[in-house]
Amino acid sequence: MIGIDWFLALSALLFCIGIVGVLIRKNAIVIFMCVELMLNAVNLSLVSFSSHYGNIDGQILVFFSLAIAAAEAVVGLAIIIAIFRNNLSVDISNINLLRW
Amino acid sequence: MESATTLTTLVILFPLLGFLINGLIGLSSDSFREKKTLIGTIANLAVFIPFAIAVYFFLNMGQGAAPVFAELFTWIEVGSFSVDIAYQLDQLSIVMMLVVTGVGFLIHLYSIGYMWGDEGYWKFFAFLNLFIFAMLNLVMADNLLLLFLGWEGVGLCSYLLIGFWYEDMANAAAGSKAFWYNRVGDFAFLVAMFLTFQYVGSLDFDMVLGNLDAIPADGKFWIGLLMFIGATGKSAQIPLFVWLPDAMAGPTSVSALIHAATMVTSGIYLISRMSEMFVMAPEVMMIIAVIGALTAFVAATIAITQNDIKRVLAYSTVSQLGYMFLALGSGAFTAAMFHVVTHAFFKACLFLGSGSVIHAMEHVEHGLHNEGKDVHFDPQDMRFMGGLKEYMPSTYKTFLLATIAIAGIPPLAGFFSKDEILAFTFNAGFGEFAGSLYLILWGIGIITAFLTAFYMFRLTFGTFNGEFKLPEKISEAAGGEKFLHESPKTMTIPLWTLGGLSVVGGFLGVPNFLLATFTHHEEHINLLHNWLHNVTADFGLTLSHATEWMLMGISIVIAVAGVYSAYRMYGSGATESSDAKLSDWFGGLYQTWKEKYNLDELYEGVVVDPIVRMSDKGLAKFDMKIVDGVVNTVGGVVRLFGSVFRYTQTGVTSSYALAFILGVILILSMLIL
Repeated sequence: MIGIDWFLALSALLFCIGIVGVLIRKNAIVIFMCVELMLNAVNLSLVSFSSHYGNIDGQILVFFSLAIAAAEAVVGLAIIIAIFRNNLSVDISNINLLRW
Repeated sequence: MESATTLTTLVILFPLLGFLINGLIGLSSDSFREKKTLIGTIANLAVFIPFAIAVYFFLNMGQGAAPVFAELFTWIEVGSFSVDIAYQLDQLSIVMMLVVTGVGFLIHLYSIGYMWGDEGYWKFFAFLNLFIFAMLNLVMADNLLLLFLGWEGVGLCSYLLIGFWYEDMANAAAGSKAFWYNRVGDFAFLVAMFLTFQYVGSLDFDMVLGNLDAIPADGKFWIGLLMFIGATGKSAQIPLFVWLPDAMAGPTSVSALIHAATMVTSGIYLISRMSEMFVMAPEVMMIIAVIGALTAFVAATIAITQNDIKRVLAYSTVSQLGYMFLALGSGAFTAAMFHVVTHAFFKACLFLGSGSVIHAMEHVEHGLHNEGKDVHFDPQDMRFMGGLKEYMPSTYKTFLLATIAIAGIPPLAGFFSKDEILAFTFNAGFGEFAGSLYLILWGIGIITAFLTAFYMFRLTFGTFNGEFKLPEKISEAAGGEKFLHESPKTMTIPLWTLGGLSVVGGFLGVPNFLLATFTHHEEHINLLHNWLHNVTADFGLTLSHATEWMLMGISIVIAVAGVYSAYRMYGSGATESSDAKLSDWFGGLYQTWKEKYNLDELYEGVVVDPIVRMSDKGLAKFDMKIVDGVVNTVGGVVRLFGSVFRYTQTGVTSSYALAFILGVILILSMLIL
């Protein structure tokens, strides 16, 4: 039986990969995928704890966050497409209209 | 009178409805504006129905009956302060209702003919209805604040109507002038209301008058004085009367309404309503009497020298209002109301008559223009008139009746009311407080009575007697008299009604001693006095019948002397040569009268100019340097900080995300550690 430590370590690793991706990548879609990665890292730790403590609550929360992530992806992708139509690019370093 | 609340609501609502219908539909629809008969009918009904209801109230309210209250709804409620939209029907308010709606209706009727050709016909009637609505609120209110609402309402309407022909700058300025002078008085009235509330804790008339003990003596003095200052604004007394003659800039029917039935009587109404408080402040009573007598005299002397017929009438109004204040100050509140009523009859008649004359003169001007003659003259200047009685018999006869009434020839309306005022002033001369002063005021009143008869007959003779003077003044206008004609029926019917009332109106207040002398019954035959005695706090007359006969005799002799001297000088219509004679006799004094005591110039120099100069030189600088400086400094500091920190807004998403993550890490570590 693999202990919970391994699952949490994997979750932390995925989360950090997600953060680094968000910070260093310039393609909006990749950033978006990194955000999804972070969400799933959290989902993983929720499921781990749920199974570890024999409590169903964590798994229910995962359903919620999956549903919200799906809804968010719809809106986010729509925004990215709209930006692409205007700019012909999804490079976020070009999207800085709100600068000083 | 169980249906009093419903009927009271109708009295108030109809003029408001008239205003809304004519005003709103007229504003939005051009075709409605052309339906002049419809507009006139709506406006006239909106005043006639309240008049009919007022008559019903009058017939159903007994002498000495307790007031009826009609409470509609609570208007303002804050803490212990509560004011209702509530109306009080008692003998005093019913008298005022009858005058406002009765005389007001006749003026509305007259306006149909007088304003027929005017572009703003619909607007005129809308404003006229609003005027009646405001005035009804004023005279029917059961508390000071609702009265003040009407008080301000008539101020607004006078502004709108005096400046009715606003395209002419001078008219617009006259409207503003009336508005501003009234604001000065209103300020004093407001302070009086605050004081009243501070002492009594309520603004309802029955609460205030029922708790007069709660107001200390000096409190009564200040409240009384401040209310009187308010009244000097509305009722055009010294020092605030200069707006009223300028109010002639409005259409004539407006002048009639302001001068006879509404606005200017409100000051007298207010003081009569509060009479129980005023009698406890004898110093204020004295001030009121002095101001009243001086105003009566000053305005009468100015009236002698004026040539504009409406201006003569305007100064005459100021003078007659002075009489009313003299009555109030002498403790003769009933006599003051009596004079309000009779004055409303004959002054409305005079103003409408003058309007009829002006109407005819304007027709002459138009007729001459149509013949291709370029003639310009002032249709209100009596020096161009003369001989009009042949062409305008109805106008002449009614004007003459009203003139006899105002001059104080028995038994027409003005005689009885003026005589009662003078008798009470003389009576106050034997009172405990400042007796001899009242005797002097009586003397001034007598001299003014002479002047009144004189200037009014000067006006009538100058306008209607002798030859038509326009052709000899302006040779181009020869033959202009063929355009002179009598006014239409809607104008002459009100004239005859008011003329009739000027004849019989005086019998409302026949003095008691007339019957007592002949029958030895001390019965009260003074109807108005019987009607008002439980509302107003009159002083009793303590004079002997012989003295009263003597006073009445003096009044008659003085009035007849005034008429006779006017006849000697002006009877043939020789206005200008007789004016020149007067000018020779009185010299510099006449010049002062002619220049209206230079009051306008005085106010301009002493009040207006210094304020304007101070604003220009001092306050404007203060505003630009100090006030704007502080505001700009605050703005500048914010801008300075902004100029540093705005560089953090890079617009680069990843750096925002980095800051976000660092923040999360910081907070989490603080929570854990």
